[in-house]
Amino acid sequence: MTREGWIRLVIVAAAIAALEALCRTGIIHRTVLLAPSEMVVSLWHIFQVGELNSDIVSTLRNVLLSAAIASVLGFAIGAVIHALPRVRHAVEPLLASYYAIPTFMFYPIFIVVFGVGAQAIIAIAVLLSIVAMITATLTGLDRIPPVLRKTARVFRMSPAKRAVMVDLPAAAPYLFTGVKLTFAYSLIGVIASEFILSGAGIGYAIAYAYNNFNNPRMYGLMLLVIIVAVAANTALDAVDRRLQARLRR
Amino acid sequence: MPAPDVHARLKGVTRIYGAGTSGTKLHALGPIDLDLERGEFFSVVGPSGCGKSTLLDVLAGLAVPTDGEVEFEGKAIRGVPDGVGVVFQEDASFAWLTVRDNVAFGLRRAGVDAAEIARRVDYAIGFMGLRDFANAYPSQLSGGMRQRVCIARTLVLQPRLILLDEPFGALDQQTRLLMGDELLRLWRETRATVLLITHALDEAAMLSDRVGVMSARPGIFIDFVATGWPRERDSRIVSDAHFGTITARLWEKLRAESLKSIGSAP
Amino acid sequence: MRKFGDFVLLLVVLLALWQGLHMIAGDTTLTSPADTFAKLGSLMRTEQFWANAAETGQAFALAVVISIIGGVGIGTLLGLNRTSGTVSEPILISLYSLPKVTLYPLVLLCFGLGMSAKVAFGAMHGLIPVALFTMKAIMHIKPVYLRTARALRLSPGQVAATIALPAVLPEVMAGARLGFSLSLLGVLIGEMFASKRGLGFMINSAMGLGDIATIMAVAVFLSVFAIAANALLLLIDRAIPR
Repeated sequence: MTREGWIRLVIVAAAIAALEALCRTGIIHRTVLLAPSEMVVSLWHIFQVGELNSDIVSTLRNVLLSAAIASVLGFAIGAVIHALPRVRHAVEPLLASYYAIPTFMFYPIFIVVFGVGAQAIIAIAVLLSIVAMITATLTGLDRIPPVLRKTARVFRMSPAKRAVMVDLPAAAPYLFTGVKLTFAYSLIGVIASEFILSGAGIGYAIAYAYNNFNNPRMYGLMLLVIIVAVAANTALDAVDRRLQARLRR
Repeated sequence: MPAPDVHARLKGVTRIYGAGTSGTKLHALGPIDLDLERGEFFSVVGPSGCGKSTLLDVLAGLAVPTDGEVEFEGKAIRGVPDGVGVVFQEDASFAWLTVRDNVAFGLRRAGVDAAEIARRVDYAIGFMGLRDFANAYPSQLSGGMRQRVCIARTLVLQPRLILLDEPFGALDQQTRLLMGDELLRLWRETRATVLLITHALDEAAMLSDRVGVMSARPGIFIDFVATGWPRERDSRIVSDAHFGTITARLWEKLRAESLKSIGSAP
Repeated sequence: MRKFGDFVLLLVVLLALWQGLHMIAGDTTLTSPADTFAKLGSLMRTEQFWANAAETGQAFALAVVISIIGGVGIGTLLGLNRTSGTVSEPILISLYSLPKVTLYPLVLLCFGLGMSAKVAFGAMHGLIPVALFTMKAIMHIKPVYLRTARALRLSPGQVAATIALPAVLPEVMAGARLGFSLSLLGVLIGEMFASKRGLGFMINSAMGLGDIATIMAVAVFLSVFAIAANALLLLIDRAIPR
């Protein structure tokens, strides 16, 4: 691990230790925040009892589904837009401002359309993350060096073959960055939706625990979300960096 | 023969990175002895990594030597002395200012009064052929034009010693030759002492009164070649037979050092 | 001219899609564009709507100010030193991709229900991108600018004001735009489940009543505001020479 990696580890560990100390000594009251060690114990307990297993599975399944749908759909839409320059010019300003819109306010509409359930959640998560994938696809296809396309023509490749053997690998680093963002937004979208109104899932379980003053369970689950987010982000980031290194010619 | 008027002097200057620490040390430069005569045009050539830029940094007061003395106009220097101008290799023009504001930048920070600033800036812009672009932004200009902006920005400060660190490195050969002519014009007009760092032998040979050849790292001077050119010179001296002699002599010394620096036996 | 024409065409297409969806899904699911705008018009004539808008606006304004001042401050401090910058970047990115909604209970417990919680939600969302972009901008200042500053013998204050500040402005603006949008999102989400006032609350209570028209009217209002504000910021951004 690099020197910076060690420093980071020390800082994070020190922060957790400080938090632990503040909680244990009562400076931060129990009703506000549990000590990190207690959160870990609570999370372990949650796994052991297994009562929330279906919620956890439901959330993870929804996240993966949304991310997959948004990635594939986003890539398809992005590729189509890329091929139609006039459409692109009209649509691009909207894409640029998309993330200015608080997409969550459309959530109630989805509830009414799909009812309270996984479909509404997945719909909102896809809505949130798809534009990131579209933008990444457009950038990736843009950045394919023209010389590669020329090479494909010299080799007399058909458009389909070129798309698979030249375009896709060449754009892969950007596409993967899109996938990484899509996953992050899907996670945020799913959890936030479950939190605001849902009958199942980790987000819902956290809200339920909060409303019932069940701090241990609430913080155990919050810890779970943090762990999942950081782990997924780190893993995807590592792959992303490998792909990016290919770009540096 | 009148005693040479020494404008700047390096005596026994060395620079060792990591000196005074327990880590690895890099002996980058020296020991260097150099006397710059007032008003001369002096070039430094040497293989990659020999410490040419370090030498310029030390002379400019941007770096402190590990050993030795640096004098400018008879006094030891501390920090960047007044009267020294530096032009760097990379484009240092400020992207957010127009050409005119870029050129005026140093004068404004120094608190020179507005009328004087306007006068000097107008002169420098005209001198460097930037009049048509005075209100343009650097992003709208070519690399050569941007370097002219940087040179103009240094020029308005009326430096008595001008240091240039491979200023034309990023330019194509033809632009380089023309910029070399500009530099000579500048030198004659301002009567400043010029020290030019370059890796291009032809550039050193045609522009300078004297060329210092540096060895591979740690760089020391292994030869000083006097060119003997008249003051009123320009790039057309490349057709002079003497030009070939100078270049040949420079390369003879430099070739061995270059091979050393890339790790092959001479 | 053609570009504007294309844009209008796109709007027409979107409105047509909207109308189409309405006709398929029915009035109780999705109100038509005409009905939505009519509803919005009538809402905008009520005092209550503007009271809610003011509440949201107040929280949003505060959240933005905190995000920008705090973000620029933190970003500058972290970015000045190369090591602190490199160390902090992954941490900030992780915080950025964390579903901050999971921290909402904590915020509520600290701030209670009300304005300060909303501002905290908004600031939580907006601060990190501003800090991240500012930090990276400072770390990426062209080294030759700093060497030029030394060669010109500028004082630290002069370097900060006349070189560092203009050099980082474009990137900081990009971060501020993102922080602006995310702050709005944070405030709205906060209102949606933990407030008795504000536009977010309006949407939530309309949902409870099945009042689709109101939900959509408010959503359109917010979207127009967000897009217009973002477009304005983009215009300012484009005016900066770089």
